Amino acid sequence: MEDQYQQDEQFPGWKYAFLQYAIALAFVLLLAGYWRLQIGQYRRYLDQAERNRTRNLPVIAPRGRILDREGRVFADNFPAFSVLLMRENAALLSPARSEGIARGLRLDPSEVARLVERTAKLPRFQPVVLKQAATMEDIAFVESHRVEYPELDLLQVQQRLYPKGQIAASLLGYVGEVSEEMIAAPGSLYRPGDVVGKSGIEGFYNSILVGRDGMRRVIVNSHGQEVGSLTTINALPGNDLRLTIDLDLQMVAEAALGESPGAVVALDPRSGEVLALVSHPSFDPNEFAHRVGRETWQQLTTDPMKPLLNKAIQSHLAPGSVFKIFTAVTALETGTVTPDYTVHCPGAVTIYGHMYKDWVWDKGRGHGSVDFHRAIVISCDVYFYTLGKLLGIDKIAFFAKRLGLGARTGIDLPNESSGLIPSPEWAQKVLKRKWYAGETISVAIGQGAVAVTPLQIAYAIGGIVSGGVFRRPHLAFRDQLLALGMKPPDEEDRRFPLAGATVETVSKGMWGAVNEGGTGGSARSPGLDISGKTGTAQVVSASLKDSGGKKAEFRNNAWFVGYAPSHEPEIVVSALVLQGEHSAVAAPVVRDVIKAYYDKKASRVAPARVEQMQTKVLSQVMELRQLVPLKAGTP
Amino acid sequence: MQKATSLRDLDWVLIGLALTLAAIGVVEIYSTTAHSALAAQYKKQILWILLGFVLALVVSQIDYHIILEQTPWLYVLSVLALAGLLVGGRSVAGARRWMHLGGLTFQVSEMVKLVIILLVAGYFADKRSRYVTWGGLVKLGALVGLPAVLVALEPDLGTALTFIPIAVAGVFLAGIRARQVAVLCLLGLLALPVGWHFLRPYQRERMMSFVRLTHDTQGSSYQVTQTKIAIGSGGFWGKGIGNGTQSRLGFIPVSHADSIFAALAEEQGFVGTLFVLLLYLALLLRLVDGAQMAGDRAGAILLVGFAAVLFFQIAVNTGMMIGYLPVTGIPLPLMSQGGTSVLFTFVGLGLALSVKVRQFVN
Repeated sequence: MEDQYQQDEQFPGWKYAFLQYAIALAFVLLLAGYWRLQIGQYRRYLDQAERNRTRNLPVIAPRGRILDREGRVFADNFPAFSVLLMRENAALLSPARSEGIARGLRLDPSEVARLVERTAKLPRFQPVVLKQAATMEDIAFVESHRVEYPELDLLQVQQRLYPKGQIAASLLGYVGEVSEEMIAAPGSLYRPGDVVGKSGIEGFYNSILVGRDGMRRVIVNSHGQEVGSLTTINALPGNDLRLTIDLDLQMVAEAALGESPGAVVALDPRSGEVLALVSHPSFDPNEFAHRVGRETWQQLTTDPMKPLLNKAIQSHLAPGSVFKIFTAVTALETGTVTPDYTVHCPGAVTIYGHMYKDWVWDKGRGHGSVDFHRAIVISCDVYFYTLGKLLGIDKIAFFAKRLGLGARTGIDLPNESSGLIPSPEWAQKVLKRKWYAGETISVAIGQGAVAVTPLQIAYAIGGIVSGGVFRRPHLAFRDQLLALGMKPPDEEDRRFPLAGATVETVSKGMWGAVNEGGTGGSARSPGLDISGKTGTAQVVSASLKDSGGKKAEFRNNAWFVGYAPSHEPEIVVSALVLQGEHSAVAAPVVRDVIKAYYDKKASRVAPARVEQMQTKVLSQVMELRQLVPLKAGTP
Repeated sequence: MQKATSLRDLDWVLIGLALTLAAIGVVEIYSTTAHSALAAQYKKQILWILLGFVLALVVSQIDYHIILEQTPWLYVLSVLALAGLLVGGRSVAGARRWMHLGGLTFQVSEMVKLVIILLVAGYFADKRSRYVTWGGLVKLGALVGLPAVLVALEPDLGTALTFIPIAVAGVFLAGIRARQVAVLCLLGLLALPVGWHFLRPYQRERMMSFVRLTHDTQGSSYQVTQTKIAIGSGGFWGKGIGNGTQSRLGFIPVSHADSIFAALAEEQGFVGTLFVLLLYLALLLRLVDGAQMAGDRAGAILLVGFAAVLFFQIAVNTGMMIGYLPVTGIPLPLMSQGGTSVLFTFVGLGLALSVKVRQFVN
């Protein structure tokens, strides 16, 4: 064997040279390739490597809390998770990926696609919120699909929490995802997925409550998991907002109105501070804290009782006999009659050839001889029909508007209704017809086209009994707004000085209505100096009502406005009970609130108990939120 | 021919080149796996290198003719082992590449590589004609093809392909007519569609993404993109040991094994790339030089075959990192983490040393 190999001739030398040159050439090509990447495109690849390893995560600023006047919490935050879509490597998702993500997070695939498309133009480093209030399943999906979907990440956010549920919900409003219009608005700093106040206080004072989000630059691995942190821009929390609302009064007002649809407003006429503001039926703002479920939304928007409407400031309805106070003031201020002016009430009166019935007509009697004071006490329609005829619509409308009706009060809540004080000009302009003299007679007792809000009634009556000083109702303390650099609304307190005698006469009338066996007797409370005026407003004409039988929607709306004490009142409360049929159901609501106001003033025991109860409720809610991940649509 | 050789007569330059490359590999393995679950890998690698080095010295002391005589039964053993793997092998990550011996795993195809080198060298050792015959080509093709197909079925197409340059190198040295080359090339082209049919979906995906027919930023072109980012971001001087974000944060897959060169490029920059490629080049040129001086044809083919398989692996591995070639699982000889690969590369080196120390002296 050995010999055989040794005798072998060698292979030709050129073959080795060829091999060596071939190898060397290959290495030159390789080196050229590495040169191109490492020297030629160094910057570009360095950028990409940097983008790979870093991720910009927003640090969500907690929204300011909303507190009552004593610092008790109406709206707070609790930690939750949002699912983010990181877009550093690709602004758009392929349809398959988008669908996979939608399926994993149980979102509507078309919604995800739309969101991605909508946000394609935003800077790549800004992540997009795919889903708020991630459930345990969502979090598990993101964590277990880090490899498949590295573009998903979780962000700890501050979820809005309303520990008191439906209490003051209409007033507080709710938060939700910022709308596209808001994002597009000039000077807007909002990004899709940002949470903003949508209505109520949350909406009106959004700029105070909203914080400024920070940013964290972190190092991530290829699975998107955070392995280190580079820089942090701290989030600026939103400012807390203290309201003029007194939680104790609010709770009492909520309870007093109970299940009945309607509204309650309690004001301090000396300052315009709103002490309580209730609208029923209401809603649970916690359900809006993330995307509200379709079912819930449907239910809220189709409910005939309009839970999303803040009836205290938005429902404008005929005030009924409450309006007699305005007719009375007009009559006295214009000197049309004096307090000793007397009318005989046989139960009805014929004016302009039409018979106007008094509310006692159905009882088969009249009020007999009635003077000014008595007319207010027993709410004699015939007396005020007569005054209406004497005054005419122009004077009534002029005074009603000066006394705070027919225009927005300027409360710091969005979408306040202005109500309506009809006039011949209004008829001409809106109805394109002449004003009928007979309409004046109806207006004089608060029927016809007159429309007011419960807030306006409390505001106007409070202003009248305070001698014509109308303090703009407000929920945020002026000093606080100034300290936060926000200019309080322009509409200032208004003055329309009334003669002392006028104020005295109508006040006494309202005191009598409650305390002299008048129509407001159910507002009477021993030891309390409560005055007030009832109102029962027909929703439909009497004849239609008779034919309609006892249909709920044809039932009269019940009004009551009360205040205490009778001189220089500290609190004025209006209550509206929709379909309450009789004003006697509204009066006790007002009485309860005023009583609570004085009880609280007299002792500090009650609030402590209430606070205790609330703390318990709060802790229960917190527990619930942590244990059971919120699902859209579940109560 | 001397009966015994002293260690002093070995080609220590060759050994030095190999050990330097292996040492650089260890540093990179350490750098990319530090503080991870694989942090102890570099120690294992050192042990394998030391074991390989000793084996290389031992093999260098054996006359390669004696080893060549063992080819027939080594070949049979190889084929049986490969077939056995396919039948009874434990599947790891979808492939049956490893044989389990005690607590160790052993990649059979790495050993088969050396057997193929022996086979080709032995095959042409006693051929005297200037050109290979068609019959000879078919016979060689069948002998090399059988284990190659078995390896490809594991599936490990990359390693199966490494057998081809060995045969090509042998045929080239032994001599082949231009007409035969042309016919072979034509046949190869015709076989391409058939071959495509046998590819697995992921292999097709790699080919497709290589020729830019599909572009999935998360799939196989993702791998190439990330590897290029790693290499490119290394720049001229590199980011420094332990600072390669791409390799350390998991953007390049198996940065301590198949992708170690990308990790090196990221951390050591073009300077490191150049240095390592020059070391490999020197190693290869020296092996081919040695072939020219070899005592006989068998020795020459042994050296050139070993150089061919190394060259193929180096070129494919470093070439696919920068998108020159489609992605395939081929380790970088001497540097990539992996016991069997290191061990048999050193055994191959021992064979080369054995040839060199017995080279023709005039």
